[in-house]
Amino acid sequence: MQALFERYGSGLAAAILLLTAFWLLILLILPNITMFESSFRPYLPVVDVGGPKDTYSINNYMRIFGGDVPMSIFGFEVTIAPRVKVFLLTIFYSAVVTVITFIMAYPLAFYLAKIVSPRSLPTLFLLLFIPLWVSEILRSFAWWIILALKGPLNVVLMSLGIIDTEIRWISGFSPVIIGLIYTYVLFMLFPLYNAMQSLDSNQIEAAEDLGSPWWRTHWRVILPHAKPGIASGAVMVFMLSAGSLLVPSLLGSTTSGWFTQTIQGVMLEEQDWNTGAAFAFMLLFVCTVFVTLMMRVFGVKLSDIAK
Amino acid sequence: MSAGIDLDNVVCDFGRFRAVDKVNVNIQPGEFFSFLGPSGCGKTTILRMISGFIEPTGGVVRIGGKDMKGQRPNQRPTALIFQNLALFPLMPVWENISFGLEVRGVDKVRRRARAEELLNLVDLPGAGDKMISQLSGGQKQRVAIARALAVEPQVMLLDEPLSALDLKLRQNMRAELRAIQKRTGVTFVFITHDQGEALAMSDRVGVMSHGKLQQVANPRDIYNNPVNGFVASFVGENNIFSGEVQNAADGFAQLKTAHGAFRARMEPAARGTNVKLYVRPEHMKFSGTPGAENSVPVTITEVMFEGNFISVQAITDTGLHVTSELRNDGSVAIPDVGTRLHVSFDAGRAAILPDSATAGS
Repeated sequence: MQALFERYGSGLAAAILLLTAFWLLILLILPNITMFESSFRPYLPVVDVGGPKDTYSINNYMRIFGGDVPMSIFGFEVTIAPRVKVFLLTIFYSAVVTVITFIMAYPLAFYLAKIVSPRSLPTLFLLLFIPLWVSEILRSFAWWIILALKGPLNVVLMSLGIIDTEIRWISGFSPVIIGLIYTYVLFMLFPLYNAMQSLDSNQIEAAEDLGSPWWRTHWRVILPHAKPGIASGAVMVFMLSAGSLLVPSLLGSTTSGWFTQTIQGVMLEEQDWNTGAAFAFMLLFVCTVFVTLMMRVFGVKLSDIAK
Repeated sequence: MSAGIDLDNVVCDFGRFRAVDKVNVNIQPGEFFSFLGPSGCGKTTILRMISGFIEPTGGVVRIGGKDMKGQRPNQRPTALIFQNLALFPLMPVWENISFGLEVRGVDKVRRRARAEELLNLVDLPGAGDKMISQLSGGQKQRVAIARALAVEPQVMLLDEPLSALDLKLRQNMRAELRAIQKRTGVTFVFITHDQGEALAMSDRVGVMSHGKLQQVANPRDIYNNPVNGFVASFVGENNIFSGEVQNAADGFAQLKTAHGAFRARMEPAARGTNVKLYVRPEHMKFSGTPGAENSVPVTITEVMFEGNFISVQAITDTGLHVTSELRNDGSVAIPDVGTRLHVSFDAGRAAILPDSATAGS
């Protein structure tokens, strides 16, 4: 704080502080507090707002438990509320997306950080960024076209003789998973790249010189060093996937409900913002708990991620 | 177990730049061999070719008589100690040391025991559970040595491992490295730009410049009988007279210079008009009367007391600055500034040398 004032002078430093405070307080914390408060109040006609019926309760939160549908969890057949089912599947498939993006981004990040010559790095980064210039909607539609029953993917696979009949890609969660991976893979790639780039290449050589095969060097030297990067990438991809609305809406099938779609339905179709807020906070809360648990399991501290 | 290393006409090009140019040397099993040279002379490239991180463009690298072509670093019987040591900061000391054994599938109990043994060898008993960040510079050095020794290499390669240490520690580590080498009997190949290090520790030294090996000899010969001007001036100080060679006979020659005529040993390769004569400062003697030969009248310009020796600067009547070093043992009188004296040197202690192997060959 002191350093900020010394470096930029009192006028500019105060402006920076004020803008940051405005962004945090007015645009982030205040709306969230309002939402949080309203999530405990019933959805009432305007005339009853503030009246005797307007009391705090957790009824909105309990609405997630309405109804019964069968579901199989690890082979166990259970009956479960449809919204809870969607909720659990959202968490599960977001985790799947996170794992797959990690598997895809790790070799690429290693290649960019340690193998490719620094001269071709700008070109490669440009190639990675170009898709981001296109809006997310268009990119998701592009996947919808690619994955269509008579779409390019099936045509190519059939002409190569890999498959005999078209595969119905757009069914279940696969198109959503594909779309989410495509949308968020860079959020995994860049933290990984940053983490690996800070690794002294001599350590990789030292491991090899001591007789280590490549996979053990990755397991014992590179992966542990990249752990903070993996953690921050995984947190970002997981949170963004669980909170994504566009990709599941565009690429989803009838059987692939995403919890954000449930929230959207409650808020915009039922116009019940109170219940919508309750559901949104439940998603935020459970995701945060899940991420904290995972960080505990893998031994990553919050301060590691900030690096 | 230790192995010798043969470098047979080894060449290494980076694009159009020739980093190592036809280097031939046989390093004996159990020898402490140093490559000495300024930065960019190709010595690190040689080390990386022996360890397998760089494939030579031409020539053969043999370790223990076996051609190493196509062998990756993890297949060679060498262990490299990196300039920055490259210890693994996320592993405790004992896991660092036993990493090579872990790779070879040795079980944890035996790995731990071996790590303790090696920690004793490098004089760091009980440090096994510390993290690397808790160690001092000298301790890290020892851990790096222990880690390299753990895989029982036949050849240890050391890439300026002492350069990051402070002076006192560096001198201690010199003696220690030498002792470890004697105790283990492993061939040590040591890379350095510090002549003191190379001369003090090595059995033999190879002096390099511009990718070429200039001279391979034991430390005394490198200092006393350098084969060319580069070796003479890179290792130690010199007074240099340039002139024209006359009357070469029996390995001696007369050099006619602007400051007088001098007789000295002559390397056969030193020919032509612009030839240089090299004399070490400690061989320059002052006297009140002219010497029998190789004598020049001078005026003393500066006397610097360095402790164990006294450095005396003087200027000849023809304007050439010369330096003499006198031992501080009371055997000679220390001249005063401004005194006129004669400086002379023994013909056997001076040499007329060609510039370096890059020129001409």
